[in-house]
Amino acid sequence: MIHLLGPYLLAAVLVGLGVAGVAVRRNAVLLLVGVELVLSGGLVLLVTTQAAGADRWAAGSVLPLFVVTVAAAEVVVALAVVLAAFRARGSIDLDAPATAQDAP
Amino acid sequence: MTALDTAFAASAVLAVLGGLLAVVTRHVVHAALWLVVALLGVAGALLVLGAELVALVLVLVYVGAVVVLVLFALMLTRAPAGPDLAHAVGPWRAVGAGLLGLASAGLLASVLVPLADGSVDRAQVTTTQVAGELFGTWVWPFELLSLLLLAALVGALAVARGHRSRDPKAVP
Repeated sequence: MIHLLGPYLLAAVLVGLGVAGVAVRRNAVLLLVGVELVLSGGLVLLVTTQAAGADRWAAGSVLPLFVVTVAAAEVVVALAVVLAAFRARGSIDLDAPATAQDAP
Repeated sequence: MTALDTAFAASAVLAVLGGLLAVVTRHVVHAALWLVVALLGVAGALLVLGAELVALVLVLVYVGAVVVLVLFALMLTRAPAGPDLAHAVGPWRAVGAGLLGLASAGLLASVLVPLADGSVDRAQVTTTQVAGELFGTWVWPFELLSLLLLAALVGALAVARGHRSRDPKAVP
């Protein structure tokens, strides 16, 4: 038997940490670390609904698999964009103001 | 407090500590490695909740692929080995981000905690059941997912190659 308070609090704390990470980072690659934490909080919630009994079509196990796959695809594209930006600007500082040569 | 509660609490503490250090550390490589610790904690929590397949996929895809990709991106963007002073943020930014995170966590907790009415059993969904549903009910989203991965692969390749292929005479 597991009390539901634990998973719910874990999900809330993970999402909070992820949001703080997205807000505090200036390095574009490390921004993705915060995004991953938010997504893992969502995973915990999805799996908890399965344990809580409200589960049809094994959705509590299948939807997390979809979330993990979509997150992997998102990270791949985001890192490609970061690398392209680094090649174009020489910096991945998210606070750096845009310069004239950045405009297409 | 059952044994499962204790195991879940241990995994949750690992996940939260790893996540906290991944967010606050100044060393960029350490941030990616603390993310591994956090994700292992999350995988342990999912294991306790009865989703073995999801926990294994989380470790395989996130720790095996995503974190390695992040480490490669850090190397390719010339991340310093020591503290990342070029991207240091001021104290007000840190305090604001902390408050934002606290507000998000508090908002979610205030919605979710009233729903936590008692204990539940560990989920008894076997991998055979998951596979049957995945290739039965969920087969079209699953096929769409393969298309998404293909699009992400081709798109990432096209974006990362840049404009050089279009204009071979230009100096990169």
